[in-house]
Amino acid sequence: MNQSSIPILEIKNLHVNFKVYGGLLRVLDGLDFHMYAGEKIGLVGETGCGKTTTMKAILRVLPMPPAEIPTGEISYKGHDILKMKNDELKMVRGRGISMIFQEPTAALNPVFTIGEQMEAIIQNNIRDRRSTSSINIKELAGLSLKDVALADTDRLLKSYPIQLSGGMRQRVCIAMALSTNPEILIADEPGTSLDVTIQDQILRLLRDLVEKRNMSVILITHTLGVVRELTNRVYVMYAGSIVETAATKKIFQKPLHPYTKGLIATVPRLSGGGIANGIPGRIPDYKNPPSGCRFHTRCPYVMEICKHEKPSLYQIEEQHSVACFLYTAGE
Amino acid sequence: MSDPILTVQNLKKHFIIGYTEPPWKRQPITVKAVDGVSFEMLSGETLGLVGESGSGKSTVAYIIVGMYKPTDGKISFMGKDLYQESKRPRELQKAIQIVFQDPGSSLNPRQNIKQILEMPLRVHQKGKSYLEMVIHLLEIVGLPPEAMYKYPKMLSGGEKQIVGIARALATNPSLVILDEPTSALDVSVQAKTINLLLQLQKEFNLSYLFITHDLSLMRNVANRVEIMYLGKICEVADTIDFFQKPLHPYTQMLLSSIPVISEEEESLRPQKVISRGEIPSPVNIPKGCSFNSRCPFVMPICKEIDPTFTKMEKGHSVRCHLYNKQI
Repeated sequence: MNQSSIPILEIKNLHVNFKVYGGLLRVLDGLDFHMYAGEKIGLVGETGCGKTTTMKAILRVLPMPPAEIPTGEISYKGHDILKMKNDELKMVRGRGISMIFQEPTAALNPVFTIGEQMEAIIQNNIRDRRSTSSINIKELAGLSLKDVALADTDRLLKSYPIQLSGGMRQRVCIAMALSTNPEILIADEPGTSLDVTIQDQILRLLRDLVEKRNMSVILITHTLGVVRELTNRVYVMYAGSIVETAATKKIFQKPLHPYTKGLIATVPRLSGGGIANGIPGRIPDYKNPPSGCRFHTRCPYVMEICKHEKPSLYQIEEQHSVACFLYTAGE
Repeated sequence: MSDPILTVQNLKKHFIIGYTEPPWKRQPITVKAVDGVSFEMLSGETLGLVGESGSGKSTVAYIIVGMYKPTDGKISFMGKDLYQESKRPRELQKAIQIVFQDPGSSLNPRQNIKQILEMPLRVHQKGKSYLEMVIHLLEIVGLPPEAMYKYPKMLSGGEKQIVGIARALATNPSLVILDEPTSALDVSVQAKTINLLLQLQKEFNLSYLFITHDLSLMRNVANRVEIMYLGKICEVADTIDFFQKPLHPYTQMLLSSIPVISEEEESLRPQKVISRGEIPSPVNIPKGCSFNSRCPFVMPICKEIDPTFTKMEKGHSVRCHLYNKQI
């Protein structure tokens, strides 16, 4: 890994609230996150813990209102995305950061052909507009499709999303996201809606492409197995903040935060041995989130301090930090 | 666990999706969703039915529960033929219940939980006090009685599915079909739901037909596993045997595709079979063995003749030409 000293993407103390009927949802609660160029990062957590909200904040595609960002900083190569003007933002979206969405079916427009959608993206992101004619763009679209191991690209470019299978649609989405040659690729549950055999193909393809282009990747998922196979560092997220981060290998060998332990224990194993009963309770209501550590209502090791104070990320060893009072007590 | 509770023989379900164009005589175009499936379920066991989407596993479930009529074949449940009479008798309806895949869309959003749970009681246990029974049902699945007056949208995904389970249990069934009951849930919620199901199975001596595409889950809940591909079963085995010695190339492909979280599990995956291709459309099933378009060990015979079951060991059968020759 070529880690330079300045992270390519850094989030500091990000708060995101949603104004809804009957109150304010405090979803992101002081999120800290950083990634260096070339890193492959996994972001895991249960449904509703704010993974997708974070990524949408990075790309500034959160609908505002109802969303609002009272405090926080998202810097991409030293520039704060939250303070950018629209034309600056255009340079970041697509060329800098690109995203593969969760549902390939919903991410493609059903009334345009694949070709029209791809050409629009390429057209928008061409660095030098004068040197490319429309024929060239068509060729580029075809080439991007070939990159994701799709055959018969001429026919594909003329077809509508409904004519493709789920796996093919996801490949098209990947091709679209990569056609602009981004530096950071955000993949939001890229295999979840697909069958295991197809998911396996998609993930292998994604890994090869990313490796070839040396891209930085943020992989959002709640399937821990996928994280283990694709990433080298993991962020575990619970109710709007990061509770643990470590190298992927370490987190599976020695999870520290009670939430991470619970998550890993609930995964059904191929080797058998039954299923642990999981984590009691559920994600808190964001209208009245628990005071102190937001996990304290579900934590088996809850202490008095957890109810009043929010633990901050504390470095246990190199590349392994955890936000839990169980480990800071010795300080 | 002794005598079969459910016997399915040569079950077929063909859907007509259209007709051929005129110049010749109009022929129906059919989708062979289920094409000759036979299996037996023992009382009190959990039988896992595994396959990709489009393999026909849900169709099998719907036929057993009575939502579709089979095109051909025979299903007998506790010695009685399910499709002998044009309308299924109440006792049989009562004894076979189903939990659906998506808890969000299988509960009526305009009814509260009490009304939802009362419905099967009104049909099957006329003239009794429903309120007590509803409270009892909620108690069985571990929901507080206050949940009765909530509407589905006020519950989380896991709780909705638990209501779905309570509804299936309302009629005291002996066979419950679980159609991907946890695929829409988070792993932590899935764990809770599965453990509840296992506990209920012991308590009420239920038999489960467990449909899923998650083989690691199957490893932990099923006694026996059946793999389905394009409307046909390709391998049947006891769970332990199945995961130690997967025989059919499709099974090996499925197993090697599973993302796992420990090295111990990694060693259990057959590495040599790499997933390729997609499940073909059930309108145009390949000639011969339906898996021949994706099989890495394909032989000329596979494109001509559909293999039959070969019994390898006790309870372990596979439908593949690779094993047919050895006899």
